[in-house]
Amino acid sequence: MRMHRRTLLALAVFTGLTAPSMALAADDTIKIGLLATFEGPFTVLGEDGERGAMTAVAEMNGTVAGKKIEIVKGSSDASPDSAVRAARKLVEQDGVKVLVGPLSGDEGLAVKDYAKTQPNVTFINGTSAAQDTTLRDPAENFFRFSTDGAQWMAGLGTYAFKDKGYKKVATVAEDYSFPYTQVFGFMAEFCKAGGHVPSKSWVPIGNKDFSSVIAAIPEDVDAIYVALGGADAVNFLTQYQQGGGSAPLIGGSITVDQTVLTSKGKLRDVLKGTPSAGPTADTNDAPAWKAFVEAYKKQPGAFPSPSLFAHGYYVDMKATLLGLDQVGGDVSDGGKKLRDALSKLSFDTPTGKVSLDKNRNAIADIFLTEVTEGADGNLMNKLVKVVPQVNQTLGIPEDEFMKLGAVNRDNPSCP
Amino acid sequence: MSLLDQPSSPSLSGGGMTRRQAWGLVGLLAAAVIAWLVFAVWPDWLNAILISKKAFVSAILNGITLAGLYFLVASGFTLIFGLMRNVNLAHGSLYLLGAYIGYEVTSRTGYWLLGVAAGFAVLAIVGVVMQVFVFRRLEGDDLRQTLVSIGISIVAADLMLAVWAGGTYQIATPEWLDGALTLPVITAVRSNGASVFLTYPLYRVVVLAAAIVIGVGLWLMLHRTRVGMMIRAGVDDRAMLQASGVNVHAVFAIVFAVGAGLAGFAGVVGGSALSVAPGEDVRYLLASLVVVIVGGMGSITGAAIGALLIGLAEQIGLVYFPTYGIVLTFVIMVVTLAVRPQGIMGKAR
Repeated sequence: MRMHRRTLLALAVFTGLTAPSMALAADDTIKIGLLATFEGPFTVLGEDGERGAMTAVAEMNGTVAGKKIEIVKGSSDASPDSAVRAARKLVEQDGVKVLVGPLSGDEGLAVKDYAKTQPNVTFINGTSAAQDTTLRDPAENFFRFSTDGAQWMAGLGTYAFKDKGYKKVATVAEDYSFPYTQVFGFMAEFCKAGGHVPSKSWVPIGNKDFSSVIAAIPEDVDAIYVALGGADAVNFLTQYQQGGGSAPLIGGSITVDQTVLTSKGKLRDVLKGTPSAGPTADTNDAPAWKAFVEAYKKQPGAFPSPSLFAHGYYVDMKATLLGLDQVGGDVSDGGKKLRDALSKLSFDTPTGKVSLDKNRNAIADIFLTEVTEGADGNLMNKLVKVVPQVNQTLGIPEDEFMKLGAVNRDNPSCP
Repeated sequence: MSLLDQPSSPSLSGGGMTRRQAWGLVGLLAAAVIAWLVFAVWPDWLNAILISKKAFVSAILNGITLAGLYFLVASGFTLIFGLMRNVNLAHGSLYLLGAYIGYEVTSRTGYWLLGVAAGFAVLAIVGVVMQVFVFRRLEGDDLRQTLVSIGISIVAADLMLAVWAGGTYQIATPEWLDGALTLPVITAVRSNGASVFLTYPLYRVVVLAAAIVIGVGLWLMLHRTRVGMMIRAGVDDRAMLQASGVNVHAVFAIVFAVGAGLAGFAGVVGGSALSVAPGEDVRYLLASLVVVIVGGMGSITGAAIGALLIGLAEQIGLVYFPTYGIVLTFVIMVVTLAVRPQGIMGKAR
């Protein structure tokens, strides 16, 4: 308490001294933009992302380098143009010099392009996980401390082929860059192990009625790989259950995320036992993870366990604050010092060590999981295996990896 | 041009077959082809083109049942927008609110039918309130109606987000509506000679049946009852109707109540078939707009035809060219507007 009072006093004196010389906004606060999907089909995901970011802010008691953190929120609806509009508003109207976000794949690609036009602003990713946000044609001032969608799939393809014995798998995924990246990550291993993917269904984002898509899936596949998020995943799984679907499922990272597992309805039955992989595992026993879960649960409306959006936004916000702390909260040089600090940053997160590669993309641990019912009746992702320190090229030498080509609907292919 | 045309038209009808007969023949042929597609066992080459018979027949059935849902939403819209010329762009919000209310009532009482009834009743009241307090002041002023109703829809969307948050809700259907029907359609023959029959969710068939019953009911109400007569008269010449002793305001309030109630009803029914989430309001508003524009404003039959076209286009697009599927819907709208601006069943005014 005394400490707190002293800080307050120091702050008061500090502002008293600087206030007369400062014509502009008070210098004792630092504005950070927070861009996430607070509207549209990914609303629930964006809300959890915010909880993650606020957990990181709360950990620093709302201050960094003696300055008060002021979070300015920007909302998008998961479409790239809405993300750029929100980013423009934050940068050009609210005047933020540091921006954390956006949440989804295509948004990330669009914000990266916008970042190139604002070299004095530092952009740190939220959870957007398209490969080419950092791999091809990256922006100098865009950092991703959360990993990409292909990295999240590390270990899953091999596990499905060898341990589960699936030889033929059909895929159902949304039609944009993030699911392309996830399918790529899964197939890279699965096809290499000897598996086949005879049919790939790409559905528009926000699609409601999946029964025709389900009917078009070949009947002779061993399993269905599903990379859908939020409401789309809930709809697909419910209709799959209603239609009496019997093939086992393999989940993309956000398909078996807490945002879907906590949904009300009958889809729980089809989800149990679904293997998946991603940057988090709910039953992770590491003390750092448990401490993070406890801190996260203090946020209003929190899930039983943080979703990967809460985790991603936490990691990126934490990195931002650590970087700001190192430079004493000083971004008056157009953020140059901050970006230098961020590029060299390596720190321990609740899910292990994170560092950046030369494209400013994270190298981090990935968790192979399986959906189980917890003791309290909540569905959980049980930790099966940790794949340590996965880099963006999935351990393949970079020139060889680049030859695989950019991810899209038809690449990769192994029918 | 028209002078030149005239002599040729009698000769056409004199050529053994009238235009009507020719269309009838085309329709008969199409029906035969569809019947064959549905009931025959497909040869391999056809399976190769259309993925599989199961996929094709399912897409058609899903298109028809989705059309049932679209019709339920759009019929309310066509009553208010098409018939009364009252632009209400908050129609999608009525759908979403009905769905949320249905969810609350169903999950609290455990009776799904009660949820459906509540969805209709509450939204009918909301509709009357909107008509009396908002739209009555803006009669005949399209631009203000448009702007005010867009405003209402934005406020309503944020209020609903505040109350129900961003999660996805699924309204639980009762046991007797669960499960699947086995249809007498053979999708494939196994190597041991056993036939594989197509199964189809019972609930979707019920949605379609409800849509048909409501559609027929609405048509009968508009064309065979006294109230329907008053509504049609009020739309054409309200001053004259008022002069003959009818309370026009009351008639319009009833229409608004029925239209909004249908949106709420559709919300509960649709929320049980698919799911309830923020953003649905815009989606269904757009769907009803397209359905009403294609079908013709103010026509119940038109709304049914429009819903059928849009539902089928959406599902077939989803299966055969998912990336460009959404374009198909709007191609239909553009073609309709270009060839027949008043809509398929619309009256030229």
